[in-house]
Amino acid sequence: MHMADALISPAVGGTMWVVSGGLVAYSARKVREEADDRKVPLMGVLGAFIFAAQMLNFTIPATGSSGHLGGGMILAILLGPYAGFLVMASVLTVQALFFADGGLLALGCNIFNLGFFTCFLAYPLVYRRIAGDGLDRRRIMAASVLAALVGLQLGAFGVVLETVASGISALPFGTFVLLMQPIHLAIGVVEGLITAGVVSFLLEARPEILSAASARRPIGVSIRGALVALAAAAAVAGGALSWFASTRPDGLEWSMFRTSGKEELESGGGLHGKLAALQEKTAFLPGYGFRKAAGPEAGDAPSEAAWPAVDAGTSVAGLAGGLFTLLLAGAAGLLLSRRRSAARNPAGE
Amino acid sequence: MQTIAARTFDIGYMDALAGGDTALHRLDARAKVVVTLLFIVFVVSFGRYEISRLTPFFLYPVFLVSAGELPAGYLLRKALAAAPFAFFVGAFNPFLDRAVLFHLGPLAVSGGMASFLSILLRFFLTVTAALCLVALTGVNGACAALESLGVPRVFAAQLLFLNRYLTVLAGEAGRMARARALRAFGAPPPGPSLFARLAGQLLLRSYARAERVYSAMLCRGFDGSLPLPGRSAFGRRDAAFVAAWAGLFVLFRSVDVPRALGILLTGLFK
Repeated sequence: MHMADALISPAVGGTMWVVSGGLVAYSARKVREEADDRKVPLMGVLGAFIFAAQMLNFTIPATGSSGHLGGGMILAILLGPYAGFLVMASVLTVQALFFADGGLLALGCNIFNLGFFTCFLAYPLVYRRIAGDGLDRRRIMAASVLAALVGLQLGAFGVVLETVASGISALPFGTFVLLMQPIHLAIGVVEGLITAGVVSFLLEARPEILSAASARRPIGVSIRGALVALAAAAAVAGGALSWFASTRPDGLEWSMFRTSGKEELESGGGLHGKLAALQEKTAFLPGYGFRKAAGPEAGDAPSEAAWPAVDAGTSVAGLAGGLFTLLLAGAAGLLLSRRRSAARNPAGE
Repeated sequence: MQTIAARTFDIGYMDALAGGDTALHRLDARAKVVVTLLFIVFVVSFGRYEISRLTPFFLYPVFLVSAGELPAGYLLRKALAAAPFAFFVGAFNPFLDRAVLFHLGPLAVSGGMASFLSILLRFFLTVTAALCLVALTGVNGACAALESLGVPRVFAAQLLFLNRYLTVLAGEAGRMARARALRAFGAPPPGPSLFARLAGQLLLRSYARAERVYSAMLCRGFDGSLPLPGRSAFGRRDAAFVAAWAGLFVLFRSVDVPRALGILLTGLFK
């Protein structure tokens, strides 16, 4: 359920970057305050463990499909919410970089969906409440299943909200919710059982690890503070970005919902006008007889005063130009690799 | 799903690529990180039906691959392997958004088809740019860049640690999976309960390794802070790299280059 860059708008991606970045900074400060040197290598190795465990897959009974470990909840149980969140964030960052699972702009969304909900909501509000401070096996099992389930449901809902707010996918909110939540209910049950299985294995083999983890003071008050700070950060970031969108209509379009392409036509007006004039001149030249089916529409387009509201560059001329640009880009690449010496100029001109 | 060995090899291979020695490799990591982030923001800033105006942006990954002497085929396969989610969500668009956007000769192109194609283009651009960044910079370089760009030190160190032990634990997991497969005579992957025990076993080994690593760090004088790889200086070349690409992105965003070219072309052929 990794979000991809292709599905989000800069406003949503940027807002979630700010929010997740704030959470990472907050967690990093908390971890530094704990000043537990032992945790430094442990966090790194456990992150690698999540990665490695995700490479192992298992068969889901009765379906034949395969699943793998999610990991956020196990990290929170073993390391506590702050360190667990940092490790989850680092795992997602490496996944985004190495395996292109989720993109760089979507990284904020992914860290929030998979890290925040499990470590800062499901872990303190579900897992700790049910599991308590003791090492009662049944309570720990039930807590793991439920907390993993809740975390994944919230995460899936986050994906839906971010996708719909970005407006790149045409899926309406209701349909998308009805699609995502049941699928992730099933995945969540399996993931919860796996989490419970791993935790109970650990309870048998090395109970002291879990008792040390549960002896950590629960986060009661600070989570509320974090939530308030988070909401404020989101509001400020979202507000700033949409303000930017409204004050710069002809620049980058940061707005989530694009209603018309007019600004773009005007912004390219100078060159566009000249080219239209050039095109009119060249069109007088007769006798080439090279008339494509696409011809008339391409010819009409520049003379229209008002561009159709929905598209700015999807006209045939635009598409032909797009293909040509692609060819040019490819040719430039070939030329560059042919002439190794060209690599000496790092400015890319 | 790739085999474990292949995925482990992947991680090592990307880092090996980062060991190359071209002008792009030698650039300051911060310059590459900043330009790649700018690139992604510019690419996704277009409207949902945009297709042709995305095409000039192909110049950037193409430039990185050719000037950085990266293996194009390998990066392409990696990008395609990551496609399913964007493809899955985007594939609904042609069914949901059926209003005709424009006619391509006899073919009516609906809004959904255009936006689906747009999603695929965006996906391809953003993913290849990110992959090129890692292949040119490496994780160590990227971490140092992130730290000097303001990412908390604890987090940068965590990324380095994760990267260092990734291959080690992946190898461990691979050996466990192979041992099970050899004893199970090609049976399908384990069920959940056996899997939980396998993962638990792997977790115990991770703990043991973390303890050994910690002792080794103490022996080498670990005092609670990790030294990060040194920063290189941000020179004139780096500034020129950032300025040139930022300028090109702004140009591609504000002027409809393909349309201008298209008008020129269709006009010439009349």
